[in-house]
Amino acid sequence: MRTKAIIRLLFMVGVITWLALVFTDISIVLSTKSNIKSDIPSWLPNVLLNLFILALYYYYRLKLERDDILNFVDLLWRVFATGLVATVISLAIKLIENLLGSTKLTGYVVFIDLVYLINLGLMIGFLIMAFTAWKRLILYQKSKWLLRLWNFFEWGLLFTLIYNSFDVPFIEPLFISLLVLFVIIGLILSGNMKWVAYLNFRQKWTSLLLLLLTIFYLLYGLFTLNFLIESLKLQTELFTNYKVHIFVISLIIFVTLYSIFSFLVILFNLPTTSVFEQKLEEVVNFQRISQSIQTEQSEESVYNILLETSVSTVFADAAWLEIKSSNSSKLFNYKITDKEAYDIIAHLNSQNVKGVLDQGSDKTRNLSKHLSSLKGSRFRSILAFPIYVKGENIGTLALVKELAEGFNKEMTKIVSTFANQAGISIENFRLMEEALQNERYKEELKIAKTVQKSLLPEMLEQDQDFDIAAFSESADEVGGDYYDTLRINEKQVSLIIADVSGKGTTAAFHMSQMKGIFHSLAQYCIEPDEFMKRANQALIYCLERGSFISATFFIVNTETKKVHYSRAGHCPVLYYHSKDDTSEYFRDKGIALGMVRNKSYGSFIQSYEFNYKPGDIMLLYTDGITEAKNERGEEFGYERLAGILLELKSLLPKQIQEQLIGKLYEFSGSTNINDDYTTMIIKFK
Amino acid sequence: MIHIKRLQEDGADVLALIGEIDASSSIELDLAIAKSVGEGFKKILIDCSSLEYISSAGLGVFMSYIEEFKDKHIAMVLFGMNEKVANTFEILGLNELLTIGKDKVQAKKLINEL
Repeated sequence: MRTKAIIRLLFMVGVITWLALVFTDISIVLSTKSNIKSDIPSWLPNVLLNLFILALYYYYRLKLERDDILNFVDLLWRVFATGLVATVISLAIKLIENLLGSTKLTGYVVFIDLVYLINLGLMIGFLIMAFTAWKRLILYQKSKWLLRLWNFFEWGLLFTLIYNSFDVPFIEPLFISLLVLFVIIGLILSGNMKWVAYLNFRQKWTSLLLLLLTIFYLLYGLFTLNFLIESLKLQTELFTNYKVHIFVISLIIFVTLYSIFSFLVILFNLPTTSVFEQKLEEVVNFQRISQSIQTEQSEESVYNILLETSVSTVFADAAWLEIKSSNSSKLFNYKITDKEAYDIIAHLNSQNVKGVLDQGSDKTRNLSKHLSSLKGSRFRSILAFPIYVKGENIGTLALVKELAEGFNKEMTKIVSTFANQAGISIENFRLMEEALQNERYKEELKIAKTVQKSLLPEMLEQDQDFDIAAFSESADEVGGDYYDTLRINEKQVSLIIADVSGKGTTAAFHMSQMKGIFHSLAQYCIEPDEFMKRANQALIYCLERGSFISATFFIVNTETKKVHYSRAGHCPVLYYHSKDDTSEYFRDKGIALGMVRNKSYGSFIQSYEFNYKPGDIMLLYTDGITEAKNERGEEFGYERLAGILLELKSLLPKQIQEQLIGKLYEFSGSTNINDDYTTMIIKFK
Repeated sequence: MIHIKRLQEDGADVLALIGEIDASSSIELDLAIAKSVGEGFKKILIDCSSLEYISSAGLGVFMSYIEEFKDKHIAMVLFGMNEKVANTFEILGLNELLTIGKDKVQAKKLINEL
């Protein structure tokens, strides 16, 4: 708000000083005319003129500074408008003068002086406005050196105002040398035309027109002033002649020079404007491709942006993108039909062109010469680019033009950059997809883990004849360890421990099948080998190629104190004999379920039995335990396991299990297990 | 990590398994055997002398070929297993389904008998 007030004040000062100038100047002219010695000192009009100049100078300076956002054309427009106003007023006065005709008044010296002063005021206003605007243009993208030179120029000019303010006798050599100095500096400064490059084609045309009119106003103003001076000179010598005023003269020369220079520079820049604009568009397009990854939802969008940008950058008429997947290819086209594109591809193939279209070569190639022999196609030039993702060629970008020889080297370079960038975008996109997929997989694993946990029994079958405990802990990647118990009748309890090959959701799925089989077969009190045969038969149809289940199935008869069991490829049972305080592994024959997928499985499986005595311990486990590794890569192993059982033989199953798992963690040296630890311990009473 | 070396000896394709076979590297084993079958070999020898570990997934690969080999009359013999690897085969009962020789000489003899 304060600057606004200052601007108004400056304008007021300008008007007042001008009025004072008119008053003093006219009175001096009048008194000389009448041969009376004037009371007004002769230096006063000059001082008033300089004050007027200063007021206007700061007025325009502040005014333009306020409009920081003015673009170049707006700036030129302001200059033009000021010039227009000045010229119109000047013309209006001339019109009045003409209407009055050649009366006594028009020849009267006071009238001529008044018209001259009005014109001078308008001209100076116009010049200072232009000067301030040119300053903005020249100092666009300034350097330190340029700024110094400009400051010197500006302050120098203002200094001459002081020189002119006093009635210093006119010294021609000083006047000339100062003028020459300012003209030279003005010329050097006029070489700064960086702003011209930033105008687009339309803006350049507008600027040319505005500058032309500005130059015209300048010339008209000068001509009018000169004419008036000549008519004044005939009658008096003591008027405020701007021609001895270094500031005004320098300003006129500088403003005119810069206007003409700008006009010429813009004119000669016109033909190359499109190149500059194109470069700018390339940068913008390039940015679009790079950013597409962040905003676009699919690879398809990246492809479409690539098509659009490359077409617009090289002014192609159409384009297509052939994306190869494992055995098929997909076409994305832009302003071209599928048929046209396939015709061209087929034609180039039939011509046996070893270019990028067949993806047999990685070189970007201009294949236009091969197109000339294709009848019935509107396209005459073709340019093809390979697109790489992780060093693998995933497709081809082809650009076509109806014009023959339509592509140059420059365009080839640009689009090749685009294609590379698109490759990177697609790669990023795929990586992101992969990360998402991983996240989904992890989520799936979590579900599988919950399922697996829920498949294990919450309660184990209890009996007066034995104590039982079980434990299962799975690694991050879910395995398929399974154990369960089922009471057949009062005297018989069946037990099972199994390990499903594979991991993740499939393992959990097979585990649930195994549970179903166990619960449906075990209750019929069938012999263990029969159980395995039937289980195998059932699983043949469920297990995919390469999957199998290892299991050991037991029937404990508490009446006969016997255990019947059958081992189908599962880890051998570790058994502790309390009678002679020894332990052994039951390395019986038997192959895993699902390994033989026909009736002959029966010949590979057998039932075994043994009598148990009080204090005997049966330790069932999965290979996760025996294969657990320590830091040195050694396995936990069978011997260590047997040794631990001998150590813990006097404890209850629950305690044995806790200690065993504790020792296992201690051995592996971390709580991060890499396989499933599952164990079931039965101690007979 | 597994490295599989292939070489042909006396009309048999010899695949030497070097390293460890787990769930992920079992795919490579599968591909190697499939390639050998695809190239029409009727005799395939698997050299396990540098095989340090095999997981159930790896065993599953051998298992999955048993019936196909029977149908196509392809003979496969494994040999040179260390004790630990041999134990893994035995526990699952695969030693009853596959022919396993002690060394290359024995394996060659076995494969000619099949």
